Amino acid sequence: MEYKEIFEEAARTLTINKLRTGLAMLGIIIGIGRVIALVSLGQSSQKSVTNQITSLGANLLTISPGSARGGFIQGGAGSATTLTLADARAIASSPTITNVANVSPEYTKRAQVTAIGKNTNTSITGVETIYSTIHKVSVSEGVFITDSDNARQAKVAVLGPTTATNLFGTVNPIGQSIRIDGKSFKVVGVTVSKGGTGFQNQDDVIYVPLSTAQNVLFGSNSVSSISVEAKSADVMTAAQDEVGYLLLDRHKIASPANADFSIFSQNDILSTASSVTGTFTALLSGIAAISLIVGGIGIMNIMLVTVTERTREIGLRKALGAKKKDIIAQFLVESIILTFAGGIIGMLIGILASLIISKLISLPFTIAVSSIALAIGVSGAIGILFGWYPARKAANLQPIEALRYE
Amino acid sequence: MIHVSHVSKIYKTGEVETVALNDISFDIKKGEFVAIMGPSGSGKSTLMHILGALDTPTTGSYILDGEEVAKLTDDELADIRNRKIGFVFQAFNLLPRTTALKNVTIPMMYAGYPKEKRLEVAQKYLKMVGLADRMDHTTSQLSGGQQQRVAIARALVLNPAIILADEPTGNIASDQAEEIMEIFQKLNKEGHTILMITHEPDIAEHAKRIVHIKDGKIV
Repeated sequence: MEYKEIFEEAARTLTINKLRTGLAMLGIIIGIGRVIALVSLGQSSQKSVTNQITSLGANLLTISPGSARGGFIQGGAGSATTLTLADARAIASSPTITNVANVSPEYTKRAQVTAIGKNTNTSITGVETIYSTIHKVSVSEGVFITDSDNARQAKVAVLGPTTATNLFGTVNPIGQSIRIDGKSFKVVGVTVSKGGTGFQNQDDVIYVPLSTAQNVLFGSNSVSSISVEAKSADVMTAAQDEVGYLLLDRHKIASPANADFSIFSQNDILSTASSVTGTFTALLSGIAAISLIVGGIGIMNIMLVTVTERTREIGLRKALGAKKKDIIAQFLVESIILTFAGGIIGMLIGILASLIISKLISLPFTIAVSSIALAIGVSGAIGILFGWYPARKAANLQPIEALRYE
Repeated sequence: MIHVSHVSKIYKTGEVETVALNDISFDIKKGEFVAIMGPSGSGKSTLMHILGALDTPTTGSYILDGEEVAKLTDDELADIRNRKIGFVFQAFNLLPRTTALKNVTIPMMYAGYPKEKRLEVAQKYLKMVGLADRMDHTTSQLSGGQQQRVAIARALVLNPAIILADEPTGNIASDQAEEIMEIFQKLNKEGHTILMITHEPDIAEHAKRIVHIKDGKIV
């Protein structure tokens, strides 16, 4: 008996009871569909998070002050005032620093902002001109903070697009004045949207000159962070070491373990974020995979019913000369067709679902070839695994018993 | 052709032993038409199963067409049934929702015939039993007599050493039963060896020799 014929025969048998065939496949369809959709959405969100982090700037090191200590009380990380403008200047000019391209000292604090009757609480970031280069910020209207703004401690502000909308609605904010902590600032620019969301919205921000933030607004001579751009991705570690030892030296600290600052590289953040979303994806896929097993048991159930129902047919086939392997092949092929067809349908539904969902929540749509291969392979394997027992049961029926069966 | 010597079949259910066949010996020669008669419980079904290679005897020897059948494995028995035995059952045992033609091809499928040859042979035998115009009818579209004729065609396609008929007219109206018996007699004239089990004396009359069996023994 040729394989082609076994397949034709099995397909014919399955079309006899279409409702049952459909119900048997449903478990596999749902299982495979879920795995495909969840893996696809997981990869999409991973890609989206990665894109968002790299949009903050490339080859970036962020130096934050350590935690403030007062007796036994330890403050949160970044609460100390150990980083200064002089540290930033030293990193930019020291002869021991060879792998750093740009240095941007920043001072960030939240403050209440008002403008023509509206008010909002947002993040005020004191920056120098170089900030726009390092963090890839560009203005859609007006100009960014200039060197001369910093030299003059000018009371000028550049708004993030979300802040601009919050304060001015549809009115053009350029040339308008706003009050930050009660002091009047003139709006000179609005930045291009970076597309952040939630509590880390990179568009809800106001940029002011660093000197103005330190001296006019918040009265501090420290900086809250220093962003350092390495010359290339390959020298990130070297740059991190150079900057670290320079600052230890400047702060007169002997051991890196006691450092009063910390340096994060963008790669650390990227890999952390990827591993978080990766774990999440794996977890969801694992749950979906369990439903595949349930689907497989559904197939086995239906096949066992089929074997019982067709006991007389099996007995007859054996009486007419069918060997065990003929009967096994017949039933195994039926269950493989069930799961395989279910797998293909499930895959299409999964792809469709993830396409629709990623459109709805505006994620980039990705579908991995590996997950398609997995779906097809797994569904075929389920057919063999869960079809084997019923097929063997059929093959081992004694022809006399089977022929007598009513 | 068939040589049965000292065949016994004992069923064990727990501690209880039931002797279904008790030391039976007989021969059937090529070209014979033999009817085995006996009341229910006489052991004739058990004998039929052993002669049909559907079951093996507890003791004794059964030689069919020169091959010892008594000690074969399941798959070897399947092969013997396929090549040497043509079955005609009381309940016809055709595949449901399947055409007459397809039903007749099944033994040839397991014998490994190519598809074209199968259809050709199946058509030939369906014509022989007078169903040339019913080949594409499914089982449920045929009368009892017609179904049994499909089963006879199916029994003949591999030119078996013996045709085993188990109450072949038991589920058929009496006028159609007569037609079936005529087919058997015609086949016997053409040289086929036929062994028929029945409990109806007027059906047994069609055979050339009648063997009576009672309590697992030939009487």
